[in-house]
Amino acid sequence: MTTSTSQRREDPCENADDTTPIIRVRGLSNRFGDQIVHEDLDLDVRPGEILGVVGGSGTGKSVLMRSIIGLRRPDAGEIEVLGVDARSEEQEDRLHIERNTGVLFQDGALFSSLTVGENVQVPLKEHHSDISDSLRYELALLKVKLSGLPADALNKLPSQLSGGMRKRAGLARALALDPPLLFLDEPTAGLDPIGAAAFDRLTRTLQQALGLTVFLITHDLDTLYAICDRVAVLADRKVVAVAPLAEIEQLDHPWVQEYFNGPRGRAARDSKRDGNRET
Amino acid sequence: MTAPTSNAPTLDVDHQAGDRLQLRGRWTLEYANAIGHALRDAPKGMKRIDATAVDRLDSVGVLQLLRYARRHGLDDAAFAFREDHHALVAAIEDVADDRPKKRREYGFVAALGRLGFAVQDNWKEIIALVSFLGENLFKMLRMAKEPRRFRAIATVHHMEQVGLDAVPLVALLSYLVGAVIAFLGATILADFGATIFVVELVNVAFLREFGVLLTAILLAGRTASAFTAQIGAMVSREEVDAIRTLGLDPVDLLVIPRILALLIMLPLLTFIAMMSGLLGGMSVGAFSLDIPPQAYLARMHETIHFRHFLVGMSKAPVFALIIGLIGCLEGLQVQGTAQSVGERTTSAVVQTISLVIIIDAIAAIWFMHMDW
Repeated sequence: MTTSTSQRREDPCENADDTTPIIRVRGLSNRFGDQIVHEDLDLDVRPGEILGVVGGSGTGKSVLMRSIIGLRRPDAGEIEVLGVDARSEEQEDRLHIERNTGVLFQDGALFSSLTVGENVQVPLKEHHSDISDSLRYELALLKVKLSGLPADALNKLPSQLSGGMRKRAGLARALALDPPLLFLDEPTAGLDPIGAAAFDRLTRTLQQALGLTVFLITHDLDTLYAICDRVAVLADRKVVAVAPLAEIEQLDHPWVQEYFNGPRGRAARDSKRDGNRET
Repeated sequence: MTAPTSNAPTLDVDHQAGDRLQLRGRWTLEYANAIGHALRDAPKGMKRIDATAVDRLDSVGVLQLLRYARRHGLDDAAFAFREDHHALVAAIEDVADDRPKKRREYGFVAALGRLGFAVQDNWKEIIALVSFLGENLFKMLRMAKEPRRFRAIATVHHMEQVGLDAVPLVALLSYLVGAVIAFLGATILADFGATIFVVELVNVAFLREFGVLLTAILLAGRTASAFTAQIGAMVSREEVDAIRTLGLDPVDLLVIPRILALLIMLPLLTFIAMMSGLLGGMSVGAFSLDIPPQAYLARMHETIHFRHFLVGMSKAPVFALIIGLIGCLEGLQVQGTAQSVGERTTSAVVQTISLVIIIDAIAAIWFMHMDW
C-alpha cells in the first residue's frame, strides 16, 4: 500500500474539493451476451451534489449503479469511487467502499426475517463490532427516526410495513454507517404523490444535514425538478449530457425532448415554478 | 483497532475558562468507543462544550455528545459547533428521544404464555387440517361433476415429479432395508436352525408394513416439503392472491392435482418398494444364507398370503392423502417472509412423518385384532 493511496483512503470526502469527482467513470462498457448496454460511457459525480440519473427503460441505469458499487464487473472501463478502483478485489478497497457508501434498493431489500431495528444494526455489527449494544440500539433508533419513521417501527418486521415505510427503513439501513455517498434506486417509484414529495424532502434534508453526495436513479420528473442539482441523461449506451435541468431541457436530443417537454414534463416544471413542491 | 493518535477524539479542559471542554479530533463512528471513554472520563462540573475545533463529526459523535449533555443536565446552549455542523446537529436534535420499550420475552409467566399459545396453535392446526380435508373432498366431488375443472397436464406433471423421479431412491432404499431385515432375522433364527423362516419374515414385514411405510416416509421428506416450498413461494409472491382474483380456485389449480398425483403414484411406488425389499431379502439369502433363489421362491409360493399385500396396499392411499394435504396446507399458510417458508416446510415434514407412523401403528393393531 503506497502512501498516496492510504492518504486517499483516510479521507474519503475531505481532500475532495469541488473539482475532484467522488465517482469517476471512464470508458465504461457493459454487455449481456450480444446486447450492449453501455459503450464508452463517461460520468463524474461531484462531492456534495444530488445527481439525478434518468433514461428510458433498458438504458442501463441500474446496471450503471451496480457497476459503480461493485456488484457487477464491467466488461471494460475504469471506475473510481471515493479514490479507489471499484473493480478492485482487494479486501481493503472493498471495505473502504462498503463502509463509505449506502445503497437503497428499489423495494428497500430489507431482510425479511429481521425487524427494522435489527436490519439497521446489521451493517453496524458487521463493520463496527466493538460498539456496545446500547449505543448500537440508540444509533439504529436515531437513523430510523431520521428517516422519518416512528420509533415503534423499530420492532416491526418488514412485512408489517407499507411500501413507503419499507423504503424509509431501507434508507435508515443505508445511512447506518454515516456514509458520505448514497445510492438511491428509484426511491419514489410506487409511492403516492404525497409520499413521494415527502421522500424527496427527506432526501434533500438528509443530504444537507449529513453532507451527502447522492446518486439518484429516477423516473420521477417531480423528483428531478424538486431536488436534483444536476441531471445525467442515459441514452444511446452513453451519458449524453450531465448538466443542471435548465440546460438539459434545451438539449437537442429526441428522447430528452420527449421526456422533458412532453405533457408530464411540462406539468412537473410548472408545479415547480408555482412552488407547490419546494424543498 | 490501532488508530493514528492524531485523529483520535480528545477533550481537554480549556485553560482560560475552567468550566469549558475543548473537543478535538474525529468524533465519528470509527472512534465510537474512544468517544464513549473520553466522555466517561471527562472532568466533572463542565458548563460549556466547544466542538468548533473537531476535525470531523458524524451522527455518532453528535448522539454521544447529546447523551452526555442529558446526563449532566446541560442544555443546547452549552454547545458550540462549527458552522457546517449545525445542520447535522439540528437534524439529530429534532428527533426527540422516545425510545420504545423492548418486549419482555423471558421469565416464568412468559414461558407459561408461550405454552398456552403453542397449545392453541396446535389445536388450530388440527381444525385447519380437518377442514382442509373436507374442502378437498368436496372439491374433488365437484370436479367429478364438472370435469372441465380437472387439470390433466398439471396432474401428469406432478405424477412425474412425485412418482417417476422417486423410483430409483425408493427402490434402492427398500432393497437395502430388505437386506438388513434378512440379515437381522438370520442371525437370530440361525440359533434355532430355522434360517429358512427368513423368507416369511422379509415377506410379511415388507408386504404388510415396511413397503408402504418406507415409501410414505421418503415421500414425506421429498414431496411434502417440495409442495410446501412451491406453494409457499407462490403465496409470498402474491401469486395465489392473483389466482383468486382471476376467478380461479387455488385448491382446484394447485392442491387437487398434487393430491391426485400422490394418490395414484404412492401405491405404485409402494409396489416397487415391496418388490425391491423382497429382492433384497432374496439377495441376502442367495449370497450369505445358502438359500438359492429357486428355494427362496418356492418357499415364498408356499407361505405367502395375498391378504398381507392387501393390508399393506390399503394404507397407501391414506398416507398419500396425509402427505398431500399437509404439504399443500402448510404451503398455503405461509406468510410473506422467507423465514416463514422455511418454518412451514420443516413443520410439514415433521407433521407428515409423525402422522404416517402414528396411523400405521394404529392400523397395525386394528388389522391384528381383525385377524387379517
